[in-house]
Amino acid sequence: MRYSGWRIIKEALSGHKGWRPVWRDPAPKSDYDYIIVGGGGHGLATAYYLAKQFRQARIAVLEKSYLGSGNVGRNTTIIRSNYLLPGNEPFYEFSLKLWEGLEQDFNYNAMVSQRGIVNLIHTDAARDAATRRGNAMILNGADAVLLDREGVRAMYPWLNFDDARFPIKGGLLQKRGGTVRHDAVAWGYARGADLAGVDLIQNCEVTGMRIENGRILGVETSRGYIGAKKVGVAVAGSSSRVMAHAGMRLPIESHVLQAFVSEGLKPLIDGVITFGAGHFYVSQSDKGGLVFGGDIDGYNSYAQRGNLPVIEDVAEGGMALMPAIGRARLLRAWGGIMDMSMDGSPIIDKTGIEGLYFNGGWCYGGFKATPASGWCFAHLLATDTPHPTATAYRFDRFLRGAMIDEKGQGAQPNLH
Amino acid sequence: MLIPHPLLGLRDAQEFVYMGDAALIGRPDGGDIATLHNYLYLRDNPAGEHRELWYHEQGDRSWLVVTRNTATHEILGAELARDVARAKGRSK
Repeated sequence: MRYSGWRIIKEALSGHKGWRPVWRDPAPKSDYDYIIVGGGGHGLATAYYLAKQFRQARIAVLEKSYLGSGNVGRNTTIIRSNYLLPGNEPFYEFSLKLWEGLEQDFNYNAMVSQRGIVNLIHTDAARDAATRRGNAMILNGADAVLLDREGVRAMYPWLNFDDARFPIKGGLLQKRGGTVRHDAVAWGYARGADLAGVDLIQNCEVTGMRIENGRILGVETSRGYIGAKKVGVAVAGSSSRVMAHAGMRLPIESHVLQAFVSEGLKPLIDGVITFGAGHFYVSQSDKGGLVFGGDIDGYNSYAQRGNLPVIEDVAEGGMALMPAIGRARLLRAWGGIMDMSMDGSPIIDKTGIEGLYFNGGWCYGGFKATPASGWCFAHLLATDTPHPTATAYRFDRFLRGAMIDEKGQGAQPNLH
Repeated sequence: MLIPHPLLGLRDAQEFVYMGDAALIGRPDGGDIATLHNYLYLRDNPAGEHRELWYHEQGDRSWLVVTRNTATHEILGAELARDVARAKGRSK
């Protein structure tokens, strides 16, 4: 069933009796050509592009819970391509271009809203860094505008421009950045993959991997053994647990990141504002809630909930940047498990086991990467060669000393 | 989270800086590049009981090995990293 305005009118006139479940709920078959482990944004996007762009094959997505139950439904919905390094920026710009055509491509309203994202600048040195970053973005085909103080004031006059510690001196604006309805991304990819013949198998946890002579034969699951020619793992915070079934240790620690939403307010913020110096970023949802977040808690965690000190830290950042937020009440706070890599950049690569592929290490930047991550992982699964924009995302970059360390923090996952 | 410091009693985890898996105490003395790579970059990252380093920066500057459940955040014990390292035969 294709969605369209006409379809809505037709259903409205016929009592909405024609709507059907958006995807099937198939039982697992005994074997597949491709198994994607993880029914989140990246796994579903991978299955979608694999089925649609790369090849007709028997493909299954295995999800231990329900589709989109992990980080794709827990993030702060921001998309952007304002990266600096050559290994990153072409990839994220590719992702942003896919976002721009996504809804037409998978015929689903994901509410992609290019409302602009501003990174605030507080010092001369930060302005130099932002200028360099903006130039790197433009060289890679992205857009960037350097704003002075008055430029930021014209957009957000109510920000605290004269904070004693971090006065606002300007900002780096990416107008094509913005927000997307995160759950709809999972649903749109799931529906698209299902229509392309992919089996989306829920409540099916991978509990082991059958590997013989250095080659994967299939996976053991809570719903029995399923054979596969190739297995791609895209499970974000659970990466280390799943890859341990293959005897692998990863350059990843799992950390909890919290996010927050306030009660619904009248329209206040029409874009996205990031206050990196104070660990606070904010946008406003279409329902009116201020959606904001800050740093990871900083210790290994699989708990999907954080602790109060970070909530206090984020609230302080919010108060420093926009004192008006002090009148708003916090409605909800939640946590997601981030696969924090050693250099803050992801991995999309083959493993030492033939037929087993890995996609992870997205840290807290995975949502914006969803389309390109899926596309590049599908490319790797289908062709056994990395996509041109993802050639740097290799396991061996740590061994080669070729890290992609956007923040220059070194091998300390909780600092990225 | 409250960390039961062996010398100072229960202390707020905010006084500490988290420094990762306590296996990092076992730094290889030389060795080939693969050994050093594995030490520096690879982690077990378990869901469940995890022994980890916490540095008491806002306190007595001691390093602790804290045993904590990463699935529940329950803290199961803490000992001085110095004692753990000496028991392993380091820093004789």
